[in-house]
Order: sequence, then structure tokens, then C-alpha cells
Amino acid sequence: MTGKIVINEDFCKGCALCVNACPQKLLKTAKHVSKTSYHPAEFVDAEGKCTGCGLCALICPDVAIQVFRDRKAGGEKK
Amino acid sequence: MEVVYERPKSLFPVATHYCPGCGHGIIHRLVAEVIDELEIREKTVAVAPVGCAVLLYNYLDVDCYEAAHGRAPAIATGCKRVHPDLVVFTYQGDGDFAAIGTAEAIHVAARGEKITTVFVNNAIYGMTAGQMAPTTLIGQKSTTTPAGRKPETAGFPIRMCEIVATLPGAAYVARVSVSSPKNVVQAKKAIRKAFETQMRGLGYSLVEVLSQCPTNWHMTPFESVKWVDEKMALYYPLGEFKVPKEE
Repeated sequence: MTGKIVINEDFCKGCALCVNACPQKLLKTAKHVSKTSYHPAEFVDAEGKCTGCGLCALICPDVAIQVFRDRKAGGEKK
Repeated sequence: MEVVYERPKSLFPVATHYCPGCGHGIIHRLVAEVIDELEIREKTVAVAPVGCAVLLYNYLDVDCYEAAHGRAPAIATGCKRVHPDLVVFTYQGDGDFAAIGTAEAIHVAARGEKITTVFVNNAIYGMTAGQMAPTTLIGQKSTTTPAGRKPETAGFPIRMCEIVATLPGAAYVARVSVSSPKNVVQAKKAIRKAFETQMRGLGYSLVEVLSQCPTNWHMTPFESVKWVDEKMALYYPLGEFKVPKEE
């Protein structure tokens, strides 16, 4: 696993733009309802495919996504 | 693991009031990131518009004015002339900048005021629930053009960037969009250039951002970003219309 993301469910409004942006298709709309009555985005990465590319965070209108990446995995810090 | 992306410091840690999928959230974040990168948070003044972004001061951690409808450039002019060392920018929608505030919008560029405008164009009046805006595309449905905008009765959409770019006072004019991660990166570059143009004292800078309005376009957020790419970007071509000469 070289990357992961954390979604803040208090901010996420379930617009699903990140679901379409993820190149690995690791995001989906959750079945449960958040405190703000939306179905938030859910990060499911059982096989550790996330590279921490951050495309989901770039398109997120609610700044609900925090991206982590392994230092060894390379890639410059923005 | 180290954090490679998190919330910019100039953005208050609160949820926004915008609809799901709205482009305003992305543009707020880009402005906040640019303010953080240029380290100008303590000397930035924002002028909030009337429209969906009217509560801008609840989200951006900088000093803010609230202007009367369309008059943000006039207030920004006053602020910049009294405090030339501050960085002053206005954040305006299409109803604010291209409809009621057209006179201010044109003349602030004609005077070459050293301020920046972030102009959010979503081709509709968002806050008042989807009436036709001056930037509404031909054939686009809104509550006041239920059969689609017809040029015989409602005229043609205004391309503000092209108009402002003809004025010598404007130093940097660009149109960007936030419909995909690639476009978001380009939008951030343009906003950064606009702020740098102001800080170098070269003149007026304008960044028009094509934004999606899923609620009033009656689309899902994903359909709306596709509509920006397929329909809006045809009439409003993306790109830089005026760039200051490198010294």
C-alpha cells in the first residue's frame, strides 16, 4: 500500500465527483447516511491499490479528502 | 505515511452551504491554496459578491468586505487606492459581474486598477433558483426561458473575458474551468498568475472560471461537469487571452 485517503464525512455531500475521478475505482457512494443526511463517499481499498495520486482531493468541492502517501513511493510533494 | 494533501490554512474548517457538486467549493479552495502559497494571508482583502458566494467571508480566513450587488470592483478600487500594499481581490458570479455590475466590471479594467477578479461563470442565476443569466447559452433551459434561450427575444450570451481583454488596463485575462482534475490544476495556475500580476503592479487581472451548477441545471454532478466540457467550453473557449510581458 503506497497511499491512502481519509474522507471527512461531516463535510462530504456525496456528489460522487471523486468516484468518477479515481483512476483505480476505489471510491463508491456509501449505503449509510452521514450526520448531514447525505450518502458520503466511501474509500474501499482491500488490495492496497491506492497510489495517493490525489485526483479525488483535487476535484472534491467540499475539501473533505486528506491524502497520504508513502515517502518511498516517490513523487514530489506539491 | 506523510500527508501530501490537506485542507489549506486560509480556509476555515467548516462545511460549506453549497449544493453537492457545486464548483464554488473547488474555487474557494484554489483561492485559499494560492493565498497560502504566496504567504499573503495577513495582507489580503477579499470583496464578497451578492449571489451564491455571498457567504464567502464564512469560509475564507482573510479580511472581507461585502459589496452591494455588482459593486465589488468599486469597493476593491477604494480599498486598493487607500492601501496600495494590500492584495485585493473580488470574487463574483455571472449575475454580479456580467449583469448588474457590468459597468463596474468594464470600467475597473479600463482604469487598470491593480486588483484581481475571480469571476465564476455557471451560466445561470444560482441563488435565486435558476433564472436566465446574461451568460446562459443559446437553447439552455432556465426558469425564465423554459423552452430554451432564444436569441430573437433574449439576445446572445456575453463573453466577458474577450471584452475585458480588449482594454489596455487589463494585464492578465484567462478563462479556466474546474470540470476535471486536469482543469483544476490549470485553474489554480491561472489564479496564481492573476495574484502575481497584481502584486507586481502591472494592472487589472481577471480569471473567469467555468463552474457547474448541478441543482439549477437539473443534472447529476457528473453530468454537469460533462456539460461544462461539451457545451460551455465550446462557446466560452478556455485559455489565456492576455498575459503580461516577461521582463
